[in-house]
Amino acid sequence: MRRLGILAAALLLAVAAAIPAGAVQPGERLADPALEARARSLSAELRCMVCQNQSIDDSDAELAHDLRVLVRERLSAGDTDAQVLDFVVARYGEFVLLKPRFNARNALLWGTPVLLLVVGGAVVFAFGRSRRRYASEKLSGEEQAALRRILDENGKGRPEGA
Amino acid sequence: MIVETGHFALVLAFALALVQSVVPLVGARTGEARLMAAGGPVAIAGFALTALAFAALTAAYVQSDFSVANVWQNSHSLKPMLYKVTGTWGNHEGSMLLWVVILAFFGALVAVFGRNLPATLRANVLAVQGWIGAAFLLFVLATSNPFVRLEPAPFEGRDLNPILQDIGLAIHPPLLYLGYVGFSISFSFAVAALIEGRIDAAWARWVRPWTLAAWVFLTGGIAMGSYWAYYELGWGGFWFWDPVENASFMPWLAGTALLHSAIVMEKRSALKIWTILLAILTFSLSLLGTFLVRSGVLTSVHAFATDPTRGVFILGILVVFIGGSLALFALRAGSLTAGGLFHPISREGALVLNNLFLTTATATVLVGTLYPLVVEAISGDKISVGAPFFNLTFGPLMLPLLLLIPFGPLLAWKRGDVFAVAQRLMAAFGGALLAVLATLLLVDGASVFAALGIGIAVWMVLGALTDLAQKSALGAVPLGVAARRFAGLPRSVFGTALAHMGMGLSVLGIVATVAFEVEHITVMKPGETTEIAGRTLRFEGVAPVQGPNFTETQARFVLMQGGVSRGALISSKRIYTARQMPTTEAGILTRGLSQLYVSLGDETGDGGMVVRIWWKPLVTLIWLGGAVMMAGGAVSLTDRRLRVGAPSRRTRPSAVPSGAKA
Repeated sequence: MRRLGILAAALLLAVAAAIPAGAVQPGERLADPALEARARSLSAELRCMVCQNQSIDDSDAELAHDLRVLVRERLSAGDTDAQVLDFVVARYGEFVLLKPRFNARNALLWGTPVLLLVVGGAVVFAFGRSRRRYASEKLSGEEQAALRRILDENGKGRPEGA
Repeated sequence: MIVETGHFALVLAFALALVQSVVPLVGARTGEARLMAAGGPVAIAGFALTALAFAALTAAYVQSDFSVANVWQNSHSLKPMLYKVTGTWGNHEGSMLLWVVILAFFGALVAVFGRNLPATLRANVLAVQGWIGAAFLLFVLATSNPFVRLEPAPFEGRDLNPILQDIGLAIHPPLLYLGYVGFSISFSFAVAALIEGRIDAAWARWVRPWTLAAWVFLTGGIAMGSYWAYYELGWGGFWFWDPVENASFMPWLAGTALLHSAIVMEKRSALKIWTILLAILTFSLSLLGTFLVRSGVLTSVHAFATDPTRGVFILGILVVFIGGSLALFALRAGSLTAGGLFHPISREGALVLNNLFLTTATATVLVGTLYPLVVEAISGDKISVGAPFFNLTFGPLMLPLLLLIPFGPLLAWKRGDVFAVAQRLMAAFGGALLAVLATLLLVDGASVFAALGIGIAVWMVLGALTDLAQKSALGAVPLGVAARRFAGLPRSVFGTALAHMGMGLSVLGIVATVAFEVEHITVMKPGETTEIAGRTLRFEGVAPVQGPNFTETQARFVLMQGGVSRGALISSKRIYTARQMPTTEAGILTRGLSQLYVSLGDETGDGGMVVRIWWKPLVTLIWLGGAVMMAGGAVSLTDRRLRVGAPSRRTRPSAVPSGAKA
């Protein structure tokens, strides 16, 4: 949710927006590659609060820089990923999370895909079953005879394929 | 004078749209042939008038007529001619005018090509087009008039947003709108069918090609927008799950579902009611996208609340059209007859499954896009729904769909044999397995997930090829016969295979880029080299360059491999003079299907420069796959069935040795 927001906004809303020159600075990185990798993936989940739809990993805003440093400080201090997120949310609110939490308020958000797939699947299944019953009803003797007559008249069976 | 002519033409077009909304409809109701016949010429004249208005605005841009407020706000006399022209739609008012022009264009196409449609259907379709046209023309005239004059006229304009001064602006919005607005035809046909209370073979034959055409354009528009963002924004991302992107992606997903259900309807006259509903929903999502983007509601609910004129107007259009058409659907759907029967395991069944996954995916994107707005409106809390959410929900929904794609075209209509199809797909499966193993063995640090992703992409591509091979009976008959059969396959079979193959190629590009991309952020001084993905990049130096309306610092890099130069690239930073606005222009070097992407950061003071370098393997496949999908749609549009398929004629059994034979 990053710079395209700016491009799209610029294009569609015709608002002026400065293009960030880039995000993570060489000096910010941690020496430990494993820790740095965790910092990067956490950064991708945190919103740059002053930007339009950018994660702090992609933004060069001052606030994003501060948050990146903060995340790395917490990680260096031995926090788990969840602890880091809790810490940031405690400071900035849930708005900072690009992936909303599982809770009652977000139940519809997270539940919709599952719910629709289950309900939709059930409808399709039920529809298929009722159709099958209908389809498998036997023809009466009279209808059978009529069918045979028509088939004979045409000389051959159904057209191939189609 | 030109500007006033344009303005006047637009008002006339609105008046004609009102005529188009009422007269053919009354004609169809009363059976008055002359009233029905009025629809065609009125639609064509309406298109001519809106096109004239658009040409007038373009002329004002070309001449840099700053007495027009819209031109003054978005143009500059020093701007290159291309961007003067494209700047016409690089702003709210102009782009809404483009929207209306394209709508009128499609209306005129129905009028011209629809001469052999049943008269009442044609009249009703044109009337519905007239309603949409009237609503949006009124919107433009009342809230977004591009022809407003300034007095006194300023000397110089304020320039177009530099990010938009790119060839992308020439291609992306027109393509996107051709897709977006093109779905209005399927919508109008659906509403017309509901008004008439019946769907016949003519209806089905008409809807599919129009949907397909709109889909081809929308695919192109989205792919082009993605590539534009990729090279223009200096970060190298290709999809961002931004609400504005989602706004165009939702109609694409629903449109793809519509395309597939329309096939069932055309071939087997089943799924009629569902197809009608999808046609309504698809265009409703186009309208919703227009609302989201145009009302400013995305930037902030509060911004929307403070200047709600435009937003409320579009919201009104939205409510009337979506609510009205759904209400009509609820009233009339019962009177439509259900169609043919089929076994769950059949081509129809596979297409139903396709629809299930695609509509669920559409709903997921819809809920994710609107949820923050709804939560804020209800509780005042602000939450964000971003890329991590969509990746986690949309991805798993697509996975089964992608896996099942190769089965669909090989299954027979009515009743298929899934085991027989699986047997035919053994070779494709073997190829995919090989790809998985090769990825694990040959690529350093490849995860199992990445390898499986590559495998799925290869499976889709080989599955599409298997379809073609099976339908030309390759291996079962002598080679010459198979070649003749191959050449004789209907275009729609090639279209399907190409579209599915294109999807596979895009997936391959996405997986390879996401999984195997190498990023390197460093500080470089002129003359220094750095290593990336087994290649050496040398920073040659910087040079100032004066552009027409910007100044630029160009940095030159040379890519070396084994001591040999493999090409040079220029990455630069620009300052646009009029707005004093900086932009980065990424340097991109394409090697085969992969790209080296270099973006400049800040200067460090001691002559060094922060440089971000990415090696993006197979990245071009993401968009080439989109181009292949478009080609598939285009080839399918040239199918004999569609060219000669005059709706009045009876459906002849197609000579496709499709399902039953394959």
